[in-house]
This record gives sequence, structure tokens and C-alpha cells, in this order.
Amino acid sequence: MNYKIMGRFIAQILTIEGLFMLPALSISLFYGEWNAVQGFLAAILAIAVTAAVLFTLCRKAATALNAREGMVCVGISWIILSLYGCLPFVISGEIPRFVDAFFEIVSGFTTTGSSILADVEALSWGILYWRSFSHWLGGMGVLVFLLAIAPGEKDKGFTMHLLRAESPGPSVGKLVPRMRKTATILYLIYITLTVINIIFLLFGKMPLLEAICTAFGTAGTGGFGVKNDSMGSYSPYLQNVTTVFMFLFGINFSCYYLLLLRQFRNVFKDEELLSYCGIVVTAIVLISVNIRHLYPTLSETVRHAAFQVSTIITTTGYSTTDFDLWPAFSKGILMFLMVVGACAGSTGGGLKVTRLLLLVKSLRSNVGKVLNPRRVRLVRNNGEVVSQQLLDNTNAYLAAYVCIIILSYILISIDGFSIGTNFTAVLACFNNIGPGLEAVGPMCNFSGFSDFSKLVLSMDMLAGRLEIFPILVLFSRNTWRK
Amino acid sequence: MNIIIAGDGRVGSTLARELSAEGYDLTLIDSDPHILESSVSRYDVMTVSGNCASMPTLRQAGVMDADLLIAVTSADEVNLLCCTTAHALNPKLHTIARIRNPEYIHQIYDMQDTFGLSMGINPEKQAAREMERLLKFPGFLRREVFAKGRTEIVELKVDAESKLRDARLMDLGSIVKCRILVCAVLREGTSMVPSGNFVLREGDRVFVTAPTENLAILLKNLGILTRRVRRVMFCGGDRVSYYLAELLKNSGIQVRIIEADEARCRELFAMLPDAEIIHADVSDPEVLEDAGLGNCDAMVTLTEMDQLNMILSLHAIARGIPQVITKMSQVDNRTLIDSLNLGSVICPKELCCNDILRYVRAMQNQTGAALSVHTIADGQVEALEFPVEANTKFCGVPLKKLKLKPNVLIASISRGAHTEIPNGESMFAQGDTLVVVTSGRGVLKQINDIFQ
Repeated sequence: MNYKIMGRFIAQILTIEGLFMLPALSISLFYGEWNAVQGFLAAILAIAVTAAVLFTLCRKAATALNAREGMVCVGISWIILSLYGCLPFVISGEIPRFVDAFFEIVSGFTTTGSSILADVEALSWGILYWRSFSHWLGGMGVLVFLLAIAPGEKDKGFTMHLLRAESPGPSVGKLVPRMRKTATILYLIYITLTVINIIFLLFGKMPLLEAICTAFGTAGTGGFGVKNDSMGSYSPYLQNVTTVFMFLFGINFSCYYLLLLRQFRNVFKDEELLSYCGIVVTAIVLISVNIRHLYPTLSETVRHAAFQVSTIITTTGYSTTDFDLWPAFSKGILMFLMVVGACAGSTGGGLKVTRLLLLVKSLRSNVGKVLNPRRVRLVRNNGEVVSQQLLDNTNAYLAAYVCIIILSYILISIDGFSIGTNFTAVLACFNNIGPGLEAVGPMCNFSGFSDFSKLVLSMDMLAGRLEIFPILVLFSRNTWRK
Repeated sequence: MNIIIAGDGRVGSTLARELSAEGYDLTLIDSDPHILESSVSRYDVMTVSGNCASMPTLRQAGVMDADLLIAVTSADEVNLLCCTTAHALNPKLHTIARIRNPEYIHQIYDMQDTFGLSMGINPEKQAAREMERLLKFPGFLRREVFAKGRTEIVELKVDAESKLRDARLMDLGSIVKCRILVCAVLREGTSMVPSGNFVLREGDRVFVTAPTENLAILLKNLGILTRRVRRVMFCGGDRVSYYLAELLKNSGIQVRIIEADEARCRELFAMLPDAEIIHADVSDPEVLEDAGLGNCDAMVTLTEMDQLNMILSLHAIARGIPQVITKMSQVDNRTLIDSLNLGSVICPKELCCNDILRYVRAMQNQTGAALSVHTIADGQVEALEFPVEANTKFCGVPLKKLKLKPNVLIASISRGAHTEIPNGESMFAQGDTLVVVTSGRGVLKQINDIFQ
């Protein structure tokens, strides 16, 4: 294990985190929130000291990372990012308990949006901004950001392993030959869409800071709101804008790049995109029919259905209504959407539409093989045959996914909540959604769980965001063996 | 610059490593996705799997925006078709194809435009040329020619009896009695650009700049053999062997080729009327003696197996053959190979890569740019040849007053037919050709970059 280069990575990531705390600090200064100012200053100081120490210790790191080190590096850096990221919460006294603060910031960076706070509106603006910003940074990935801005000759260590470990999806590729350019393009698309989202929100007369925080939550498909009732009290226009943008941020970003290259055919024939749209539309129609009797007008019904479908499938986690009160059929559909998740290469979490497609197709080809053993049936994706390797990886991913859900479910059952609460709490955290059902429903929060459960759920969130393996390798003995 | 490399074999992946490190945008094409997978995880490149000679694959690899295509698959025909197709798709594209079959050699040069080829490259022929240079000037491990043949950088090994052993570099002039300059030393796998107080040790590989006319004096004064090679034995009759025999045809060097395959012997006999062909298996040591190794003054090992070549060379050196050249198809561990006494080691694929890299760098360059770039000392040191132009700074200023970048050295100044090995008093003027040596890779793009 090449500890020096990992140390340098972590130092670089901490530096970026420290720099990103500066806007939050200035917001706190502007509003005169002295507790928050104190919290940010102390956190920045801690980060500066740690980064400086790491930089000095790891001056002479030169070689590149291998696959294992890349994964470990990503896993560790996300944990460290969260450990330092929660310092402002603790030091400012706004979330005094460390476990709570850690849960909250992990939920932020992993774009989950599950909160332990009962009263969000009591937080100061600087802290609210930092909380929402963590969604934005975590959405596209802090290492991808590092890739985009890291200084020239020194980026030798940045290999595909890092990009693969941090970016969601079964087969992560590059858009252009250079890693740095790929990362830059991704972030440019991300920033542009976020800015457009903010502008649309401003048109709906949302105050600037609220608009920025809401857009950050939407862009990272996170879900931390600035209001206690999430998006419920906003105007229908603002809710619709958010519905559309959540949907957009759930699409594979390489589709946007292809659009920029004017390769429209490739985009509109993309199987994953078509399935994603198909699932969303079907779910909206079915839920609208099912909940029609709960709301006075048809437009309101469709608005709520569309918002909830969009928020759950993209794993954002805002809500406009308490869907825990919906009929079982609608809740069933929402639970299915929780597992499906967004497209690969988006900021969303979950199993990913493309994996689901691959699983369904390989199931079909296996069944076909049973009926007619001599017939050759391989799995195709977008017209091209998928390699057995990719299918094996997808199956392994599903197996790991199921195991983790079962294990976490058992671990948090100790707290004695109902089956529905426990199960949806795990689903909501592991798929980076935010709200579950019953005691962790959209109008409730996670504060009732014990510290142990909160840590388990934090690990679930990290595992979900980094697609399991970077976190899983941290617990493997082989990883640490010399 | 966007570069496409077709064929992710040994040459392809070496090029990918070098070129991606120098900051070019690379796309690799290969038919085997597994091989591509290992490249993409090692280097910063993009990959496309498919047949590189087919239009859709080339399009997918972005041939329309590419500046250069390098076709280095294992099949000549595929390389040619690949370049022709790509050039038809994008007429502004530069194309390089590796062509190894001697039967195609002539049409490649004559029909370059028809094929849409910017450069055809033949690793075996290059290797043969390199070996010819060594055989004509025995005593050096390697020779790199600059300034139209007026300056050379030669590689010497400091062994136990060498006069260079434990010598300080500033005293070197009095030992060899002519002006030379040590521009790089390779010690235990690391290269350095040494200063005057540097002391040479046994086992060092020394890179010396000298005017071509001084090479003979240098060898004589170092006590290294100056006898010309009269009779040379080739172990193995492959393509390199054919090319080398062809090159040595009128040089007065008698060639004797030992080849195990009878049909190949007949072919060689038909193609090389002056050479002596022996049908025997070289892996049997008695065969070498029977074939008259004792009265040869040079041996070149050219079989297909690297291990056999190494053993044959070790045997020849132990037998006291003065000049031994070993062909290796893989030199992954240079340090290890150098620790064995194998004479000069020549790797056709390495030469091929160096030539392509030189082409790419020359393409990148505009005015004031390097005429050629050679890599020496296992690729750790670059020697660049620059023309001095009107906008070059510090013309006519003595070198001792110039501030050069660290690890940069002016190794020679060629003016007209004369080459000067510079000292502090030397100066350059417009029209001269400079050879500059640096241990930084890809740092010097044009001549003014050498100054601080």
C-alpha cells in the first residue's frame, strides 16, 4: 500500500474542503452569526493544520495508484472529508452531538438528505448553506473536482481507478482522452445546469440564498431543504421547476455532452434514457390514478405525483406532501423506485437504471437458454453485445447490494422500530434518497435512532454513494495486509 | 494534439505511455478489449475496440479531429489499409504505418502519396542500420548522429580496465587527447548530467559528444580496439539479418549467417549472393565452433528467442570476440540487462518507438523548434538538435556568461563542416546547429527554452 500518495490525496481533498468553507464563513459573517463563524474558523484551522502536516509528510510521493489503492483512497478520503466537514456543526453548537453531526454531513456529502434535525429553520444561514453545499460537492464527487483542477504535471497519480471508484455506474468511461478534460467537462455541465436552476427559482420569487441552497440540493440529488416541510410550502411553480430539474440531474451526464456535440440520435436512442423516462411516466400515471381521491384537483394530484416520483427515482428526497399517508400501492411503487435509482453517470444513487436493464436482460437470456439450449442469446445494450465481465460485475454488485441491506436491516432492528421503518430507513440511506416511510417518513427525521444505528446508516450512505466496493474494501483484511 | 494509435501491442502501449506523459490526447484502437482495459487503467488515454482499418471504428476513434494516426498492429496490410482509409476520411491527417515485410519496402517509398502515408517505419531495417553503424565503428555501445552526420553522441561502458575508470571529467581531455564532452552518465539505472568534478566509476555508461572525425582518435586513445571488423557471424537469419547483410554488402565485411531452417537458408542464399549461409542450429555450442567463431571478430545474435540471444552473446564474449551485438525483442528491465555483459543491446521495437516519438515532436514544433529529438540513457535523457535563428537570444555571447536552465547542457556547436565541442569561451551565431542535452523530458520545445 502506497500510504504517501494516499496521504497527499487526502491533503489535497482537505484543502479543497477548507477552501469551500470560506463562502459559508462569509455568509455567516454577513448575517452576524458568531457561533457559526467560530465553528467555520475552527474547522478551517483544523483542516489547514492537518493538510499541512500531511503535505510535509508525503512530499515525495510520485508513483501512480493501482486499482486497490485507488479504491481505498476514495473510501478513506470520503470518510475523512465527512469527519472534518461536520466540525462546523459541532463547534458552532448547532448540532452539538458529534454522531449526529457526522450523520448529517455524511448524509450531505453522499447526497442522501436524511436528517436528524427536527427544526431545520432554527439553523443559521452559514450552516444551512454548508449543509446544502455538501450535496452539491458530493453529487459530482470531490475527487472528480480534484481531477478537474489539480495542477498539471503532478496529476500522474490520477488514474481511471479513482474516477471509477467515485463515479456511479457499472462501466465508467471517459468523454475525451484526457482525464482532466473529462472531469472539467462534467463539472462545467454540472455548474451550468445548477446556475440555470437557480435562475428559474429566482423567477419564482424565491430569496437568493434559499434558491442557491435548493438548487444545490436538487443538483446533487441530495434533498436537504431549508424549510421544515421541505418543499411543501413553496408555490406550485417552484415545485414544478424542482420536479423538472431533479429529473434532469438524474440523467447520465454524458448524454448532455453528446447533446453539446450535436449527436442527437445517440442521445434519443439511448436505452437507459428511454427506460428512465418510461419508468418515470408510468409511475406518475399509476400513482396519479391511485391518489386521485386525496387531492381536490387533477393538476394538484399530478403535481404531487410527479414531484414525489421525480424526487424518489433520482434519490433526491425533497417532498411536497406527506406520501406516508398515501395508499399502499403508491408506497409500493415508490419503494420500487427507491431501489431503481437514477441513471448511471448522474448525480443520483440507487441501483441505477442501466444495472436494472442488464439484470432483466440477462435474466431473459438465461430463461431463453433453459427453453432452447442451443440458441445463442447474448445480452445487448444500445445494440452492442455486453461482455460477460460486465454482467458478472453487475451480478456481484446486486449480491453485495442485497447482503448489505439485510445486514444493516438486522443491525438497526436492535432499536426496536417497526419493520417498515427499519427497512425503508436502510433503503433510504443506502440508496441516498433521504426520507423513508413511517417513522422516517418525509415529515419525520432520523433523530430517534441510537448512535450505533446512526453510524451503521452513515456507512450505508457512504457505501451507497461510492457503489459499495470502495467502502467494502476498507473492511477487508486483505486490503491492509502488507 | 489528438493522436490515434492503432494496435495496442508492445510498441503501441510504449507509445501510449510516452505520449500521454507528454500531454497529447490519445485514443487507442485494438480488437481485444482486455488489452485495452489494461492500457486504460495504466495511462491517461481513451480506447475504442474494433478493427482499426474499418471506417466506423476510425470514426468512433475521432479520426475527423485527429492530427496523427500511428498504425502499429502486427499485420502490415492492416496498417496500410488503416492509414489509407483514415487519410481518405481526413486528408489533413498525418499517418505513420509500421511495415516490416521487405517485399513491401520499395512500394512504400514510391507510393507514399497513393497510400496516404506520411511515414513508413520498419523496425527491423532500423535495427540493421544501427548495427551497421556499430560494426563499422566497433567499441561503442550505441551511436546517435546529429547535424547531418557532423556530430555524434556515442555510448561507452566503463569497465575494469578502461582508462576512464576513476577519472575526473575535467581531466578527460588529457586522457583522450581530443575535445570531447560527457553529456550524460547512467549509473545504476539513474541518469545524471554531470559537472567537471564528477568521477567515473566502473559500470557507468557514459554518453560522449564528439565530432564524427574525432571518433577514431577517441577510441585509439582509450585503448579500445581499433581494428576494423573483417568477419562477422550472424546467429539467426531473420529479417534484421537480411537487412544487415544487405547493408554490409560492399563494406568489405564478410558475413556468415547460421540459420536453423533449411527453406529460409535457401531464401537467404538466393537473396544474398555475397554471404556465406550455414544450415545449423545455433543452440548447439559446437556448431558455433564448427562454423568458425574463432576467426570472426564480431558476432550478432539475431534469433527469435531473447534468452538464446543472451546466452549466445555471453558465450561469444567469454570466447573473446571483440564486438558483440545482441538483438532483444523486449527490454523491460534495462538495469538488469545492463548488469549482464551482452555487448551492445539493440531492440527494434524501442528504435521504432523512438523514431515515432521523434516524428511526433517534430510535428508539434513550429519555428525555432528542434530539428530532431533523440532519447539516450534508456530514455531518461533527451538530446535535441536546434538551428540557431534570427530570433535566438544570446547570439555571440560566450557560454560562460549565459544562464542555462538546470540540467541543460549545450553539447556541441556545428558551423559549416566543422563541429566544435564548446567550452566557456565558445559562442554560437545565426546559422549554427546546436545539440542540447537535458534530463527533463519534453521540457524544451524551442531553443529559447534553454535559457533561464
